[in-house]
Amino acid sequence: MAACSAAGIDIPRFCYHQRLSIAGNCRMCLVEVEKSPKPVASCAMPAGPGMNIKTDTPLVKKAREGVMEFLLINHPLDCPICDQGGECDLQDQSMHFGSDRGRFTEMKRSVQDKNLGPLVKTVMTRCIHCTRCVRFATEVAGVQDLGMTGRGNASEIGTYVEKAMASELSGNVIDLCPVGALTSKPYAFTARNWELKSTETVDVSDAMGQNIRVDARGLEVMRIVPVQNDAVNEEWISDKARFQYDGLKRQRLNVPLVKGSNVLEPATWEEALVAAKGAISKVKGNEMSFIAGKLADAESLIALKDLANRLGSGNLKVEAGAPLLDADVRSNYLANSTISGIDRADVILLIGTNPRVEAPVFNARIRKTFLDGAHVAMVGEEVDLTFPVENLGAGSDALAKILKGSPMLKRLKEAQRPAVIVGPGVLNRPDSAAVLQQVHELVEKADVVKDGWNGYNVLHDAAARVAALDIGFMPSARAASAPAPKLVYLLGSDDFDPADVPADAFVIYQGHHGDKGAARADIVLPGAAYTEKNATFVNFEGRTQRTKAAVPRVGDARNDWEIVRALSEILEKPLPYDTTDQIRSRLADVAPHFAEVDTVQSPMWLNGEYFKAFKDRAGKVSAQAQPFSSSVANFFQTDVISRTSINMAKATHARNAIPH
Amino acid sequence: MLVRGSRAAARELQRSVLRTFSAQASPPPPTPPPTEKTTYGGLKDEDRIFTNLYRQGDPFIKGAMARGDWHRTKDLVQKGSDWIVGEMKKSGLRGRGGAGFPSGLKWSFMPKVSDGRPSYLVVNADESEPGTCKDREIMRHDPHKLIEGCLIAGVGMRARAGYIYIRGEYYNERLALERALSEAYAKGFLGKNACGSGYDFDLNVAYGAGAYICGEETALIESLEGKQGKPRLKPPFPANVGLYGCPTTVTNVETVAVAPTILRRGPEWFASFGRKNNAGTKLFCISGHVNTPCTVEEELSIPLRELIERHAGGVRGGWDNLLAIIPGGSSVPCLPKRICDDVLMDFDALKEAQSGLGTAAVIVMDKSTDIIDAIARLSYFYKHESCGQCTPCREGAPWLYDIMTRMKKGDARLEEIDMLWEVTKQIEGHTICALGDAAAWPVQGLIRHFRPEMEERIGRFCEQIAA
Repeated sequence: MAACSAAGIDIPRFCYHQRLSIAGNCRMCLVEVEKSPKPVASCAMPAGPGMNIKTDTPLVKKAREGVMEFLLINHPLDCPICDQGGECDLQDQSMHFGSDRGRFTEMKRSVQDKNLGPLVKTVMTRCIHCTRCVRFATEVAGVQDLGMTGRGNASEIGTYVEKAMASELSGNVIDLCPVGALTSKPYAFTARNWELKSTETVDVSDAMGQNIRVDARGLEVMRIVPVQNDAVNEEWISDKARFQYDGLKRQRLNVPLVKGSNVLEPATWEEALVAAKGAISKVKGNEMSFIAGKLADAESLIALKDLANRLGSGNLKVEAGAPLLDADVRSNYLANSTISGIDRADVILLIGTNPRVEAPVFNARIRKTFLDGAHVAMVGEEVDLTFPVENLGAGSDALAKILKGSPMLKRLKEAQRPAVIVGPGVLNRPDSAAVLQQVHELVEKADVVKDGWNGYNVLHDAAARVAALDIGFMPSARAASAPAPKLVYLLGSDDFDPADVPADAFVIYQGHHGDKGAARADIVLPGAAYTEKNATFVNFEGRTQRTKAAVPRVGDARNDWEIVRALSEILEKPLPYDTTDQIRSRLADVAPHFAEVDTVQSPMWLNGEYFKAFKDRAGKVSAQAQPFSSSVANFFQTDVISRTSINMAKATHARNAIPH
Repeated sequence: MLVRGSRAAARELQRSVLRTFSAQASPPPPTPPPTEKTTYGGLKDEDRIFTNLYRQGDPFIKGAMARGDWHRTKDLVQKGSDWIVGEMKKSGLRGRGGAGFPSGLKWSFMPKVSDGRPSYLVVNADESEPGTCKDREIMRHDPHKLIEGCLIAGVGMRARAGYIYIRGEYYNERLALERALSEAYAKGFLGKNACGSGYDFDLNVAYGAGAYICGEETALIESLEGKQGKPRLKPPFPANVGLYGCPTTVTNVETVAVAPTILRRGPEWFASFGRKNNAGTKLFCISGHVNTPCTVEEELSIPLRELIERHAGGVRGGWDNLLAIIPGGSSVPCLPKRICDDVLMDFDALKEAQSGLGTAAVIVMDKSTDIIDAIARLSYFYKHESCGQCTPCREGAPWLYDIMTRMKKGDARLEEIDMLWEVTKQIEGHTICALGDAAAWPVQGLIRHFRPEMEERIGRFCEQIAA
């Protein structure tokens, strides 16, 4: 079949999917092969030299018509009420290959619907038993939850006992299902696909930068589906990326708010900005602190940094973020092997990371590498990564043991493409300096970086992190000696460390959701969510990607960098850019890779020079004993959008209900 | 008396002598006198392979050894794989499981040199074709034939171990087989250094759970691996990737069980039975409307009528009371009496008659049979046993059954007979395994030979409705 596609001939199929194993059970792709008495399933037939394949003979036509008729005899005639209608493989192919009339006069089969949880809706009568979902669950998602029970016409796809799918990738079966048997529960009966406006953009629910398509109708995001990008997410996305969109409709900040007598009151932009000016002019430069949240885009980060510097403050930080990583050496905070490069790794050591919750699609990729024969080990709390992982211990003592010379060290040394993946479980610890030194030592000792291969990887858990590091949105050298801040500017930061926002500080919150940040704020400046702005993000492998506005902003909200620009104007320290192009060229001035969209510029590796400098700088910190644990406690609720999403709340509830 | 090896020399001598006395130019070399027989059947007792088919003797080790099983098996094993496969090829034995693929050739597909993976022999004892009961007789009355055959076949295909996959319903047969197996192990015929030959061969018995589809070789392998019994896609064929991903050959019980006797008595002896390409003797299971249903070993190519009249006491109510015969188990098309009159029971003759030898399970139906109902029942069987993996069989088999259920009453339109035919053609050949074909063929046989009956039934039903 692949050979035929290469030759430009499209062969109809249902069960075949290029990223899944071959089942060959739909029989739609039958073709005639010379010297073969029977038509053969082209998906399963290896192409050979001199093979003569015929795809348009009467025999093939007849076979396709026959299979199509069989598929349709037990398929309900409910296309008008089916959510797959309009984008249904069966519908499309029956238009091409089917007959215009049926001759099936018996009773159709009906199958009881299964409950797969709050995200995936089932109408099992529509199922054509292609088993794509079963194969996806077992092969990609790595959960043995789906299967086929029964025999013959009575066979049914389902979970063997009724339970939700325990996967972070379960939504992908919706896309895989060629008919309307598996559809999106939140999307059910809300829209028709031909009335949706599609916008290809980038997800920010984790730091992977999954490519998505936002389908909107009018002002509303109706659904989110993956966009194929082999270098990043292949064609999968996590359930959070897919289903959190309903959070975009709730708890939104739509007008500027200024605190009056103890309560935030709606205000005009002018009033809000003037109030902000009043507060800012009352404090000295280094009494101001700026904290960026997980979802901040590169444009607003650079604008805010420029503004802060103009105001004389260097107290910049990203919330919950890797205080010891510095921006000087890019290879120090990126996944240098790149996401697709992990496919080629032969030994992988995970340190303080649980990719299953931090970046589930990346985890599926590691799983694929594991299935291809790579050895995967981890240091950290015991977690189920959906594939067997050698657990070497929970904390820094395990790292020390590896360093002393263990089979793992030998394995890493002997590997051709070893990969070490350091996660937020290490970066966020108070003793991360000590642990990072151990990791650095390990990287040096085990020759993880060699000619043509850089196996040192840092996995981040927030979409804003890498861009912030690229820009240098981090404390300046003098920041450590700054007094406790009297004014805190939160750029979409809700999970800030309470110690960073003293009780008596004046707080300006800029963001799109009313969450912890806005609740603490004295002034609220409403910004735009990722589906509402054209903004730049950099994923954890260093790939610059841009979101596109799919829907208009809510109410009186404004583009984030433009808010900062407006504030600078009011403060009489105008920033030197007025258009998106201008701010992007400013970004490119700071870091050239911002101009190279959709590419990874492999950073330079300083051969341990950086590690030495790190050691000197960090000084003597001793590693603590507590185990490395993931920064993500609940995959479904990590940021303001997913916390306000009802879908995610239901998914959390369903997941907690699954007995472990 | 001429020595066998110098027959060609003798012929040359004869020719030169003739030439000497001839007045004319030398004639073309005379064709060798036809050695092929023209009549078949009436297998003599001394030529029977399964000498304890009716349990006249002890089925177990004592009786078996008295009947000649395990006699100098060591020598056979030590002659080596190539010799065994060569002799099997020469004997012309065709697989007894239904498809009739030449056994020697099949065994020779196994890798000659291992790439590190072991090879396996899998014996298909999941005898679930309706009407077939030949393997059952072998396993309960002559189990040592099978076990010895496993060793021989295992050596022939360089297998390290063998698995006998026996259907779950064959409880007593399983017990007999297991007893015989432990006897063979106790005697040192199996295991390390089997029969003292220096060859290691282990044999295990595995039980099925009673699914018809597990008689399909790849589904059987899946089932043996502990998975759902669903056929695999081919290629790769089991000889490359079979049980646990290792080279495997799946063969029928009868095929394996006849192997030692063939090697002992010589392939020429075996090939002397039956027509060309249909060599040997075969167990026939005659059931249905005959006076004495039985399983009998006979020469291939025996006329069907002779088979029934000689061994099964004839059709109930005489030959003229015959309606139709399904000659090879439920999955082959039935034949009406006029074909049964003179058809020969072998692979090629039945294929010519648009049916098949299958497992040689002869199901006889006399004129009291409602043939449409009978075929409808078979359709029910295939609907029930379809594994549900691939579309044409999963959707088509129940549809066939639905239509057949109406046909049996006559509740159909005349043009639906053609539709039924078309549906069978849409299933046939479009599926992963042969179950789709098996579901389609009986219905095709019915339409081919009994269309007037179907039309009449529909007419009658219409009249009833009208009345």
